[in-house]
Amino acid sequence: MIRVAAKNSVDALLNALRRRGYTCIGPCIRDGAIVYEEIRSEHDLPIGHTDEQEGGLYRLKKRDDEARFGYTVGPQSWKRFLFPPSTMLMTARRTADGFTAEAPPDPPPRYAFVGVRACDLNAIEVQDRTFLKGPYVDPTYKTRREGAFIVVVNCGQAGRTCFCTSMGTGPKAKAGYDLALTEILEDGRHEFLVEAGSERGHEVAAELSTRPASQDDTDAAQRMVDRAVAQMGRSMDTTDIKHLLYRNLEHPRWENVAARCLSCANCTMVCPTCFCSTVEEVTDLTGDHSERWRRWDSCFTADHSYIHGGSVRPTTLSRYRQWMTHKLATWIDQFDVSGCVGCGRCITWCPVGIDITEEVRAIRETDGGKGH
Amino acid sequence: MFHIEPMLPSPFRVVKNRKETQDTRTLELASATGGDVPSWRPGQFMMLYVFGAGEIPISIAGDPARREAITHTVRAVGPVSRAICQAKPGSAIGVRGPFGSAWPTDRYEQHDIVLVAGGIGLAPLRPAIYAIMANRSRYGRVLLLAGSRTPDIFLYRREVDRWRRRDIEVRLTVDAAAKDWTNSVGPVTTLIPRAEFDVKRSAAFIVGPEIMMRFVVQALAQRGMSLDHMFLSMERNMKCAVGFCGHCQLGPAFICKNGPVFSFSQLEPWLSIRDM
Amino acid sequence: MEKDIDALLADHLFFKDMDASHRALIAGCGKNVVFKAGEFLAQSNTPANEFFAIRHGRVSIEIHSAGRGPLLIQTLDAGDIAGWSWLFPPYRWKFDARAIEPVRAIRFDGACLRGKCERDPAMGYDFMKRFAQVFMQRLEASRLQLLDIYGNVPH
Repeated sequence: MIRVAAKNSVDALLNALRRRGYTCIGPCIRDGAIVYEEIRSEHDLPIGHTDEQEGGLYRLKKRDDEARFGYTVGPQSWKRFLFPPSTMLMTARRTADGFTAEAPPDPPPRYAFVGVRACDLNAIEVQDRTFLKGPYVDPTYKTRREGAFIVVVNCGQAGRTCFCTSMGTGPKAKAGYDLALTEILEDGRHEFLVEAGSERGHEVAAELSTRPASQDDTDAAQRMVDRAVAQMGRSMDTTDIKHLLYRNLEHPRWENVAARCLSCANCTMVCPTCFCSTVEEVTDLTGDHSERWRRWDSCFTADHSYIHGGSVRPTTLSRYRQWMTHKLATWIDQFDVSGCVGCGRCITWCPVGIDITEEVRAIRETDGGKGH
Repeated sequence: MFHIEPMLPSPFRVVKNRKETQDTRTLELASATGGDVPSWRPGQFMMLYVFGAGEIPISIAGDPARREAITHTVRAVGPVSRAICQAKPGSAIGVRGPFGSAWPTDRYEQHDIVLVAGGIGLAPLRPAIYAIMANRSRYGRVLLLAGSRTPDIFLYRREVDRWRRRDIEVRLTVDAAAKDWTNSVGPVTTLIPRAEFDVKRSAAFIVGPEIMMRFVVQALAQRGMSLDHMFLSMERNMKCAVGFCGHCQLGPAFICKNGPVFSFSQLEPWLSIRDM
Repeated sequence: MEKDIDALLADHLFFKDMDASHRALIAGCGKNVVFKAGEFLAQSNTPANEFFAIRHGRVSIEIHSAGRGPLLIQTLDAGDIAGWSWLFPPYRWKFDARAIEPVRAIRFDGACLRGKCERDPAMGYDFMKRFAQVFMQRLEASRLQLLDIYGNVPH
């Protein structure tokens, strides 16, 4: 089902979702960035704003139109809702002869994600493989993921750190969404192409005021996507990338990047597929109640690999290499897919602008180089 | 594939807590709700939980045929392991698991088996000894080469005679000893050149400090054994035991779900890179 | 009845694949010996003019410490060689070598063998290569023991 909705249809969409009990999460501006929070009306959206991104640079700028979704991606991804930064796994209570342990009582809200980019939809599917498709299933992720309603917004522009086309993840989402919007902005025209990707997407779309899409409409939407493809700021040659990295684990380039990397962990925080976490027990002052909390962790921390009095990866070099080879190579052996979706966040949010595409290029150009 | 509640420990009760050495104890745990313990395979581990203190991975060290209790040998090196070592009979310990991969005893029937243990590494090998003894005729020569720092801290000393009676050749060696020790003195690698087994029809199960395991693998390879038939039990920082937290990775392998038992040839490319 | 020394050496690991004429020469310096459990093959700070090829039984290399008794450094078994101080001046044993169970060995006259190695460099070189391997193996073992890998120091 393909239809066309007016430019101000987001309110009707949010209402239709809220009527079904969804908490709508979408983009809004806060602290100089476009972040994902609960939105109640289209006025919460970053209307008429875009983002300018480069290695180590992120700025918001005004557009000369009223695009609702005229930016690429901000520092956050949907993992903050599916795999929350901090979540309680268990409560435990001391009893006369031991303890009892229980899963936390409150079920999370049902989320509707409004404004999911194709790269981020792929990232969700990558994290699905970690948390849902292995021998164990994470109940926290499962509940949130199964309940989530996904409204993709295909990209009509690409940023200077974007490379989804290299990773085969965008700019147009192919499947896995309930609804997909493409914001058509050309020659004074401003409308949304609306495509349903599921039964429930279809039902929600039926509550919007729409007209059937013509060939002209779908062509216009395609031109938006083509523009994003043309603007793509970075590229990565992924030819046999797993073996390329496997045979270059001692390449001198690692020393080069290690001299620049601050081990600050920003890249892992903003990456939509990174899933490392740590687990902590927290007791109250009486000592009779205990909670187990999971919170985001990063392979860049010094004690991530701590065992028997020391870290297996004690240097920035070893930790940067761990992150990059995991993301682009060992992830493929683990999950049959790359861990990278080409969103470019790690490039943008690295304080020193380390560029994962450039690191791959440098290694490829001198493939087989050895360290000392 | 199965769906378990991956993050909730079940309450178990300490049935016995026996001192092995100054800092090591062997505990037997039974389900607090009665009934059998979950079935498990030699080489696997449990996450043991002390209320309010935390959870740590500990290899299961007992007889897999035993249904009423599980055995763990624990060394007190941190707050949780110390608390476990101090847990009196009757007290509660949370148990989550079993997790991980097992020693491939089934795959090596009709073969000679060389078990090489260093220090507390004997604990995760002990279940394999039980499994082999339960079906002794299915295997050829079975050797246990065990190393320890000094004679007084050898684990399970009293069981050695029982193992020998079941036709397992046991050779003990220590790093240093005093007058009354008539077994070997020297690293466990020195027991390998003259160990009698068929190098072309055998498997080795190796557990100990990583340095020791590397040298043992070299010594076995020098005898002519293939790296494919050498199995190690690995350790890394582990928080969740179910492949979610990411801490225990070595290359593409998660020690918690792809291991802790690995064939050496599987790990070799990753172990040979420094700081991997 | 004493078995021919040369034939015994042919079965001994240290002399494996040695040229037959070299081995025969060395056998001329050898003699069968037997030790009861507890007997010393050699004691520290005594003249070192011999070494032993162990054929059967276990020997411990140890050092005596006042108050603590003997400290065992390494044990040797059938196929091993005990004693290298005879190779170089001052020709004095540094450690004790004690049979900790009944031991059968071949004792070699050090002075005799040193002379033969000087006169036949090819044999001397082969012999030294084999000894160098023994040093290497003992050093490797000692290093592993030094690392104290099972100890409280984390590894």
